[in-house]
Amino acid sequence: MSGTESVVVDHATKNFTLRYHRTFKQMTVAAVRRENISDTFRAVDDVSFTIEQGESVALMGLNGSGKSTLLKLINGVMRPESGSVLTRGRIAGLIATGAGFHPQLTGRENVFLNAAVMGMSEAETRRKFDDIAEFAELGKFLDSPVGHYSSGMSARLGFSVAIHVDSDIFLADEVLAVGDKPFKEKCIERMQEIRKSGRTLIYVSHAPGTVRKMCDRVIVLEKGRVGFDGGTIAGIRYVKYEDERLDEEQIEDDEIGADI
Amino acid sequence: MTDVTQPETTVPPRPIRHVDAPLKSPAATTGLLEVFRRRYLLRLLVRREISARYQGSFLGLLWSYINPLSQFFIYYVVIGVLFGLHQDVPNFAIHMFCGIIIVHFFTETFGAGTRSIVRNKSLVVKMALPREMFPVASMLVSGYHVLPQVVIMIVVCLLLGWTPTVGGLAALLLALLIIALVGTAMALLFSAANVFFRDIGNVAAILTNFVRFGVPMIYPYTMVQEKFGEYAQFYLLNPLADAVLLFQKAFWVGTTPDPAFYEEKHIPDNLWAYSGIAVVTGVVLLVIGQLVFTRLENKIPERL
Ligand SMILES: Nc1ncnc2c1ncn2[C@@H]1O[C@H](COP(=O)(O)OP(=O)(O)OP(=O)(O)O)[C@@H](O)[C@H]1O
Ligand SMILES: [Mg+2]
Repeated sequence: MSGTESVVVDHATKNFTLRYHRTFKQMTVAAVRRENISDTFRAVDDVSFTIEQGESVALMGLNGSGKSTLLKLINGVMRPESGSVLTRGRIAGLIATGAGFHPQLTGRENVFLNAAVMGMSEAETRRKFDDIAEFAELGKFLDSPVGHYSSGMSARLGFSVAIHVDSDIFLADEVLAVGDKPFKEKCIERMQEIRKSGRTLIYVSHAPGTVRKMCDRVIVLEKGRVGFDGGTIAGIRYVKYEDERLDEEQIEDDEIGADI
Repeated sequence: MTDVTQPETTVPPRPIRHVDAPLKSPAATTGLLEVFRRRYLLRLLVRREISARYQGSFLGLLWSYINPLSQFFIYYVVIGVLFGLHQDVPNFAIHMFCGIIIVHFFTETFGAGTRSIVRNKSLVVKMALPREMFPVASMLVSGYHVLPQVVIMIVVCLLLGWTPTVGGLAALLLALLIIALVGTAMALLFSAANVFFRDIGNVAAILTNFVRFGVPMIYPYTMVQEKFGEYAQFYLLNPLADAVLLFQKAFWVGTTPDPAFYEEKHIPDNLWAYSGIAVVTGVVLLVIGQLVFTRLENKIPERL
């Protein structure tokens, strides 16, 4: 019998090595002068939380606070140095605008490749291909190399593939940052559907409006640490995107525009 | 954990979705075995590389013939015509072509494999998949390009009166197996290292130059035996040299006027035994390659 936790992050820590000197010459000079050759930087610092299946969680925080890095730990691109990250079921989603697309391949080929990486079979991809293409609305550009797409276009395609994967956990990192307004609305609608179907949603955003609409919990990262973990309104207030005198109109504004 | 004190009117009660899977680490289970378990993804990557390797080029796939053929003509003109060497080796051109096919398979696997992870950067930094996929795909793509060369070889040999034998077929397959093992192992080692220091790509290019002269391609094995006497056995510990000799056993011997005589003369007696050692060497290298790869792998996405 399996439990109901979807994502369990337990004292996860991820360090990056910052390198000041890359070439042999620079490194020798630095060593002679007894300068630091490298420095470690803690991007995710002793983070712990548990997300239950079906929860919809917003991950907020300033630029560089470690949100994308945390998502990379959750989707398995990186492993934590210490602590652990455990997940249940299939994961799909986008990390930092733009999916893992190969710039030389056409949109069509990338859809198949991307879907295969997320665990979809050939038959499944074929069956869903028309839906994916329709959602992305790329028209004839579907057969030109992704390297020539605008950033919004590749975000559309990436989101479209991810949303069609039958996943148990959906990660959305800044998906809405580059999309135009109609596309944003479509994405929000789809993410609401995901939420209604009981899939876990982890949504990284700087826009309080959408967070409020979409999520029932906010985790705020501050320099890699969990600064806040709780309800949406309190969370949004915590990151101070929202003033005390917030009214409904302003939420609308935030929702559409204000990705910081 | 929802904050119940908030008036969240827009939030409906959480629907139930039962996920029948264990809680586990999301980092893709890695390793060569996993690569072959995800064959569909591997096939896509191989297909992708086949089309990408010569993308934007007018002659496309033809380059994979032009390259070995041009090498063949250079060596043939310099060694055979200019220097007039190896007149005592009948069909020296075939003898040499055997070496060229093997060396080309190896250097392509090694070269493309070394660059594979850096070249697939966009996938590696965003998606969880066993990263051994990329060097393995490079090997398979190179292997795919070997096939037509073998076909050319077979046609030429048939014209020269060669008849296929079971032993020859076994030698052919064994030679390809040796290169596949050693090539993948080297590609694994170097592809991971190349992420940390791009210099590794240059090291690979230099090693490739040595390979051409370390195998009996532009000279027959007898020359090694004459020069080094009993030390020639160490030469045979090079798996690539064994693979070339196996290819020559499979093709070249059969085209000579007196196969039994020339096999006796130019192919070492215990080639099968040495080939066995070569396979074992290949497997050991592959295990080492995998161990090193696993150690380096964790840092790959952040260093790209
Ligand atoms: N590969 C890397 N090597 C070194 N440092 C890195 C690497 N990737 C990220 N970092 C650092 O880790 C920190 C967290 O980055 P991350 O991308 O997780 O931020 P973020 O919260 O997603 O920010 P944003 O809101 O801008 O998307 C940053 O300071 C960044 O410089
Ligand atoms: Mg980010």
